Amino acid sequence: MKPGNARLAALAVLLCLGAAPAAAQDAPAAPPAPPIDLTAEDTPNDRGHAIALSWVLSPDDDGSGRVTGYSVWRAEHREGVAPADLEWRRVGSHSPGHLGDDRLTHTDVSDNIVNGRPYLYRVRTEGPGGSGEILLPAAIAARAQWFNRARWNMLLAVLVLSGGIMYWIQKAQTSDIYLRPVAGLKAFDEAIGRATEMGNPVLFVPGIMDMDQIETLAGVSILGYVGKMTARYETPLEVPVSRSLVMAHAREVVKESYLQAGRPDLYNDDMIHYLTDDQFGYAAAVDGIMLRQKPAACFYQGKFYAESLILAETGNSIGAIQIAGTASPAQLPFFITACDYTLIGEEFFAASAYLSQDKRSIGSIRGQDVGKLIFMVALILGVFLVSLEAVGIQLPSWLDITALFDVSSGG
Amino acid sequence: MLLKRWIPLFILVFVGILTLIHWFVPHDPIGSLGRDFSQFFDIIASFAIILGAANLLKLQSMKISQRKKGWPFNLVTIIAFALTAYVGLNWHSYFGGGHNYLAGTHVNNPDSHFFWVWWYVFTPLSATMYALLAFYVASASYRAFRARNVEATVLLVAGIIIMIGRVPLGQQFTAWLPDSGFWSIFRLERLSDWIYSYPNGAGQRAIMIGIALGVVSTSLRLILGIEKSFLGEE
Repeated sequence: MKPGNARLAALAVLLCLGAAPAAAQDAPAAPPAPPIDLTAEDTPNDRGHAIALSWVLSPDDDGSGRVTGYSVWRAEHREGVAPADLEWRRVGSHSPGHLGDDRLTHTDVSDNIVNGRPYLYRVRTEGPGGSGEILLPAAIAARAQWFNRARWNMLLAVLVLSGGIMYWIQKAQTSDIYLRPVAGLKAFDEAIGRATEMGNPVLFVPGIMDMDQIETLAGVSILGYVGKMTARYETPLEVPVSRSLVMAHAREVVKESYLQAGRPDLYNDDMIHYLTDDQFGYAAAVDGIMLRQKPAACFYQGKFYAESLILAETGNSIGAIQIAGTASPAQLPFFITACDYTLIGEEFFAASAYLSQDKRSIGSIRGQDVGKLIFMVALILGVFLVSLEAVGIQLPSWLDITALFDVSSGG
Repeated sequence: MLLKRWIPLFILVFVGILTLIHWFVPHDPIGSLGRDFSQFFDIIASFAIILGAANLLKLQSMKISQRKKGWPFNLVTIIAFALTAYVGLNWHSYFGGGHNYLAGTHVNNPDSHFFWVWWYVFTPLSATMYALLAFYVASASYRAFRARNVEATVLLVAGIIIMIGRVPLGQQFTAWLPDSGFWSIFRLERLSDWIYSYPNGAGQRAIMIGIALGVVSTSLRLILGIEKSFLGEE
């Protein structure tokens, strides 16, 4: 070969080598392999209208980029009609699997799924090279259940506790039940009396949540008692609220209290007034009321969040006697630190029964104590059984307390 | 009597029982009714805001007209209320103008006046109030952590261990102790975790059980019509 020809041949080879990868890039990528083993089942313990799907990852779903995701399609199954001729609707999508995933799951929840009607599903592997799909081998129907079996243990607890409480409500009508003195509740009269002596108002904060919270209901019940006392002592009452419904409800309760105390003339709608729904806006406004009006007694009874300490510390700084009550465990330390008395959890719920001295209500508190006893026995038994398992003693399956108390599936 | 007592009581008993049953019975119509009731509440609460706003404006206006102490602040409240309501209800209220967005989308659009009020006025004011909490925690801790008696001293010691054990610098105090074996339990981060998970966890759970029982008992009193103090009765 002549030197000139050799150089030309070498150049041609180099050009070919350079062009080869480019040609490979331009070639269409192959579609990804479809998912494997698509299964479907009716979602248990629900109102129907939901089907749970599960499939094994596509073999190409290995992080190489060949699979960009999965799409889920649904069609109503019709006897004698080929799947390809059905009306398919895309009902969901799923990102590619991650390392360690064996199967992917997708729950198709829609009111378009009619209970009892059969549906077919297909899952497509999507990728730059196209898609690969798998069809559900048999049609599946969603069904509604009449009982949520995952919550059987809760139902048992509700029945036992409610039964105990109702028994004691009944029994309380014919017998006297001792209720231990609760310092915080006994201090109510003292606090209002102090405000009367000082000639300063009483401030009542019924929490920052709406009437759908049981703490707010309990707080407003206590407000009824406080209202009666302020009416008797002719002490001004100030109730700033953060929800309009609480305002409307609290007005009815306080008006009734003033009527029962024989002082409807002292009642004024503006005693209970709305400030704002915003948590910190409300805290700022109540702080302002405290600093301007210097109430001698502050009651915080209801559901509180982070504003609890802002309110209680401001009340502390003006020297007011403060009584708090809440069922928010995170706020209890703040109230205990900054207030003179705090009704902790169950004491807060027992307050209206304690203050009214109604026999049936007091009976319900005895029933509550019986419930507490049941819990204590269950806890001791549970610790004992878990300890037995820990030291290697095999227990029969019906004593598997981990399963018995597992409420995770019950929501 | 019928309107003030029996109808509210009937609604409470009916809705209470149905809400309880719906927790265990997912089948329609019970399952969907339970959800519908909470939506009814949301709708009623949304309309009730008119009552609250009217009350707020009435009281503020009264204070201004009577020239009560600090009345200029009441004026600020009314002006702020009116301005926010205007930019919130007027979805054409944008910087630069010429926009034609759908109603409702303007609340999340950074070019809208409403978003400006929310982001540059409301949020810093809320954050300021929240930040005050740090100072209140300090003053409250000062009172709580005084070693007046045995219980307060235990609280003080536990608090110090938790606080020191949760910061990297504090953990260095006991970094010389071994990672495993008997002496490792005295490392501050482990002591801190132990106090947090066991004595604190046990106490919290006891309170939670008490609260749960209180909720059951109160709910039952309400559903059975025993507890009527929320109606203003004894």
